[in-house]
Amino acid sequence: MNDSLLTFPKGGVHPPEAKDLTEHSAVETLPIPEEVEILLHQHFGAPCRPLIKKKDRVAEGDVIGNVEKGLGAAVHASVTGNVKAIAASAHPVSVKAPSVIIQTDPEAGTPEWPASDWKALSRDELLGRVKNAGIVGVGGAGFPTHVKLSPPPGARVDTLILNGAECEPYLTTDHRLMLEQPGAVIEGARILMGILDIKECHIGIEANKPDAIEAMKTASGKAESNGFNVSVSALKVKYPQGSEKQLIQSITGRRVPGFGLPFDVGVIVQNVGTAKAVYDAVVLQKPLYEKIVTVSGRGIARPANLLVRVGTRISDIVAFLGGTLPGLTKVILGGPMMGFAVPTLNIPVTKTTSGILFLTGEEIDARSYGQCIRCGWCLDVCPMGLSPNEIGIYVEAGRAGDTSQFGVFECFECGCCAYACPAKRPLVQFIRLAKMTAKK
Amino acid sequence: MLTVSVSPHIKSGESVEKIMWTVVACLLPPLVLSVFIFGIQTLIVTLISVLSCVGAEAISQKLLHRPVTVKDGSAVITGLLLAYVIPPGVPYWIPILGAVMAIYVAKHLLGGIGFNIFNPALIGRAFLMATFPVAMTSAWLPPIRDAAVFKYMGSGIDAVSTATPLYILKHYGASALMEKFGTMSTIYGDFLVGWRPGCIGETSAVVLLIGGLFLIYKRYITWHIPVSIIVSVGFFTWVFGGERLFTGNPLLAVLSGGVFLGAFFMATDYVTSPSQRTAKLIFGSGVGALTVLIRLKGGYPEGVCYAILLMNPLVPALEGWFRPKRFAPQKGA
Repeated sequence: MNDSLLTFPKGGVHPPEAKDLTEHSAVETLPIPEEVEILLHQHFGAPCRPLIKKKDRVAEGDVIGNVEKGLGAAVHASVTGNVKAIAASAHPVSVKAPSVIIQTDPEAGTPEWPASDWKALSRDELLGRVKNAGIVGVGGAGFPTHVKLSPPPGARVDTLILNGAECEPYLTTDHRLMLEQPGAVIEGARILMGILDIKECHIGIEANKPDAIEAMKTASGKAESNGFNVSVSALKVKYPQGSEKQLIQSITGRRVPGFGLPFDVGVIVQNVGTAKAVYDAVVLQKPLYEKIVTVSGRGIARPANLLVRVGTRISDIVAFLGGTLPGLTKVILGGPMMGFAVPTLNIPVTKTTSGILFLTGEEIDARSYGQCIRCGWCLDVCPMGLSPNEIGIYVEAGRAGDTSQFGVFECFECGCCAYACPAKRPLVQFIRLAKMTAKK
Repeated sequence: MLTVSVSPHIKSGESVEKIMWTVVACLLPPLVLSVFIFGIQTLIVTLISVLSCVGAEAISQKLLHRPVTVKDGSAVITGLLLAYVIPPGVPYWIPILGAVMAIYVAKHLLGGIGFNIFNPALIGRAFLMATFPVAMTSAWLPPIRDAAVFKYMGSGIDAVSTATPLYILKHYGASALMEKFGTMSTIYGDFLVGWRPGCIGETSAVVLLIGGLFLIYKRYITWHIPVSIIVSVGFFTWVFGGERLFTGNPLLAVLSGGVFLGAFFMATDYVTSPSQRTAKLIFGSGVGALTVLIRLKGGYPEGVCYAILLMNPLVPALEGWFRPKRFAPQKGA
């Protein structure tokens, strides 16, 4: 690559990429499980209320939950079958989350989603299709997309950025999506630009995915331009390159202000997977009920990239891939830097699950921690310029209330500080504790 | 059984042990060289110092009901550094007392690693200087020229007949220095390699420089503190160190005394030095300026040890004044 790679100037770490386990594996479709467990809260905002009752018959794609008042997105059935129960599910963050359990009907056919032209639709009609499809940011945060695409009247948005960085180690879902369905992603970008009425789109892809960069460059060049400018920006491989604020700074040089959002600097960011989901919603009128998930690590018999139905339990995925290996120590939903460790395989996939990692003892670090030796490495690697060392010391001393001076509320818990700390201090955990009691 | 804990689940390969033991490795070449310069004596004193520091740490932590952490290597570093700043001919109880002061008082009574304000090895040395001034200022050994490393063993050490270059410079002037050590080019050559009277580990600029550069290469220390100390010692000596202004000898100043040892291994101690670049430069410049002030106007011929101790208490303030630059300017500013 001759042109220099874009990146953010401050902070970041370079964990081993570990993508070789799955980056060359084409996406396989997981067979439909016998039962799915669909959480009613798969987005940032208020949980959905169920629209169906026990014993109801639902078809694949039917809406089964919605949020009347407040921030949220609809939830759809990912299989055709009967509602077995409306119960509580194990969830790594909410602990017990309401969910709909559907027993799959093995005889049911597959619905059709015929494509239609979208160019004639109005902005409201486009947004309506996005909303009805229950689209949320699939990169992990799960923010309802129809809300993100309606920034407040004062905001003047001029740039769309598609996030194809995928900076977490092990994960290769965005990589495979861009490689296998570049056209759908680009079309999704054009739809987003139509909704937002902007002409400029940058697709940020880390340089460890040269084939994806090529595929996206070709696809963006192919489709008619119509005055839209879609360009691909190659990014330096550095964690957290895919973090929204860092991505915006790398590509446009603009810095999102403290406690602000990207539209404050005229930018909207969407994951490439979300762009593809928007394409499905607008062109195929297909709701979001499937997800590409990277299943990786050295604790699973066969690492793979799988297309799974939302609500599929991890145990079904493990069975399909041949089981776990001895030496498995941690199961993580997400990536190794920010993902959640789970105690059981009885947890369902949601719209925002990008990875399920089965890590052995050699792949994780479980060393006990010591006192802060004041080396200052956490200060060097924090992309937000905060002081994790001080926050940790204050929390240990029982003075978490005084930590906002060290920037605790600007922390997005990327984990760079804890990654770099030679004393293995659980800095992210200290920061989370501090956020609970610190005075703003 | 699956392990459940908070992210991140992967960590870098660095650790406190790795850092400390790498520093120990960088500090061993000066010890080897000192055996050839001053004899086996230095090895014995250093060994006593290291063992005393490690023992003092284990006992202190047990007494204070804290986990014993001698494995991390930090007490070994203190033991080496304490030995390196005392004369080679001292009686063996000197490093033992220094070790107790450095480790028990200056390190663990102040809270243990991470919480001490002063560099422990330097507190040990300052204590020894104040309490046993005769032993600490007259136990110099002349450098051995023929690798007869056991020369000073056995029959008592005739220590009083030698003095360090800085002592001669301070009390007798530059011409006396050249009379004792030879022409300026001989002096530079000898001092660079380490062939001069002095404390056990401070004499060889070259060997210390190599160790320091390796630590910089490993990104364990940065260039800011060592360079600012060396440059400011040179600069202020040039301005004020001669008969008239701007006639001092910066090269001689930098090659004498404990400048290189202090610049690369003492002042760069994580706990007692600042983290941010500008703060480091200020810290190093302060150490250099105070070193020259003490050398020229103070009662001691060598000032690096006290200069660092005087700058150590300023570090918490420097940390507070120089925080990393925040990414996000406040909204609406």
